Amino acid sequence: MLFELRDVGLDRGGPTVLDSLSAGIPEGATAIVGPSGAGKSTLLRLLNRLAEPDRGEIAYRGEPLRDYEPLALRREVGLVPQLPALLEGTVESNLRYAAELASEPLELEQTLEHAGLDASFAERDVKKLSVGEQQRAMLARALAQRPRVLLLDEPTSALDHAARDTIEAALRELRSELEISTVLVSHDPEQARRLSDWVLRLEGGRLAGCGPLAEVLA
Amino acid sequence: MPLATVSTSIHIALWQVAASLALVALAAAISFWQKADLERDIGIATARSIVQLTLVGYAIKLIFDADTIWLVLVLLAVMVLFGAITARSRAKKVPSSFQPLLLALALAGGTTLGLVVALGIFEPTPRYLVPVGGMVIGNAMTASAVALNRLGDEMADARARIEATLALGATAREAAAPTVRRSLRSGMITLVDSTKTTGLIFFPGTMVGMLLAGASPTDAVRLQLILLYTLLGSVSISALTATLLAYRNFFTPAAQLRELDEPAEAPA
Repeated sequence: MLFELRDVGLDRGGPTVLDSLSAGIPEGATAIVGPSGAGKSTLLRLLNRLAEPDRGEIAYRGEPLRDYEPLALRREVGLVPQLPALLEGTVESNLRYAAELASEPLELEQTLEHAGLDASFAERDVKKLSVGEQQRAMLARALAQRPRVLLLDEPTSALDHAARDTIEAALRELRSELEISTVLVSHDPEQARRLSDWVLRLEGGRLAGCGPLAEVLA
Repeated sequence: MPLATVSTSIHIALWQVAASLALVALAAAISFWQKADLERDIGIATARSIVQLTLVGYAIKLIFDADTIWLVLVLLAVMVLFGAITARSRAKKVPSSFQPLLLALALAGGTTLGLVVALGIFEPTPRYLVPVGGMVIGNAMTASAVALNRLGDEMADARARIEATLALGATAREAAAPTVRRSLRSGMITLVDSTKTTGLIFFPGTMVGMLLAGASPTDAVRLQLILLYTLLGSVSISALTATLLAYRNFFTPAAQLRELDEPAEAPA
């Protein structure tokens, strides 16, 4: 298993956000689905230690997540947040910043291409990009670190259909070409069907289903 | 030989102070006439200024008469303490801001006063250290309060960007760097700007005081320049110390943003 959750719980100063979750996430393409407020994004942030669970334990490749150095872990397990949040500057400067943090050489054009952007985007000021373009730049920035796992938080929620299709196509290619495992948070079961083989379904912070796509989203 | 040796003195009688209250009455009258609703505040301000300055005047007289450096240090320590308490109330969005502010003011006061004494600009006597210390700590307080106020606002506004940067494996310091830079700048900019326009748009207080006390304009200008530069030093030390210590309080040791308020779950 890529990730294993054992009795994971989290309260945010009061209401329980995640309640004794036990589930496995294998290598490959996983989707975390469920209605708004089910705790999907919170769970995703636990997986690269942007937050810690209050109870229980998460293992990554068999080792407790807490034993990983958080900064190194985040370079290996990248996270693309729901809303684009690039640094001031150009697309290229953002990619370069990410690559340098991970001590990886930057193959600019190739990385942009994997995220569905052509080379002309490198010099563009991030302020002048549409939200869809910014979201693809966020994906490219995460890829510049050559992660082994990508955590994607509703990567298409702010986009129209055309932009959504571009991102989805890019994600499918990532899996086949770069062999990156993905964990996708989505409120849309159809998107989960298009992009994943394994599904975790959350409802009100509890696990309502976990298993192969065909079983959980029958 | 210290540059600024001022030995002018003038005597102000109580009736002169009382007569100047006529202008307070004028201010109150304007407020009443134009319904600015400030009469009460003007009254409180006037009363407080009389009480506070009289008390400080006696305290300073005591310290001058005792002529010992220890009392000066106690007074400066009290100023640092109250300065940090006041600044904290203006930096409410910064978690545990008291300690950074206390250190910032102490360091700014200690370094700048130490330096002006070490360079031989002022003698280490109460006569110089008390007024200069008061200005240094007062300006350091304002600068660090402004810087931390800005830091609190910026950390809230930039939360998404900072967390996205942490998600790349950046350290807390790297993720907060643009925010820290802007906060430091806003703490320092007011004094830098007023130093640029000094003499053109306003006469700074020290110069006015010295001219009134009968000092030569040359001496007044030189002393004012020394003080302006001293304040620049103190303001930058305090704003830097406060921001560099305070930004850490927004993060956990594992480079996670602390939950300060309820974050919203992703909208569907």
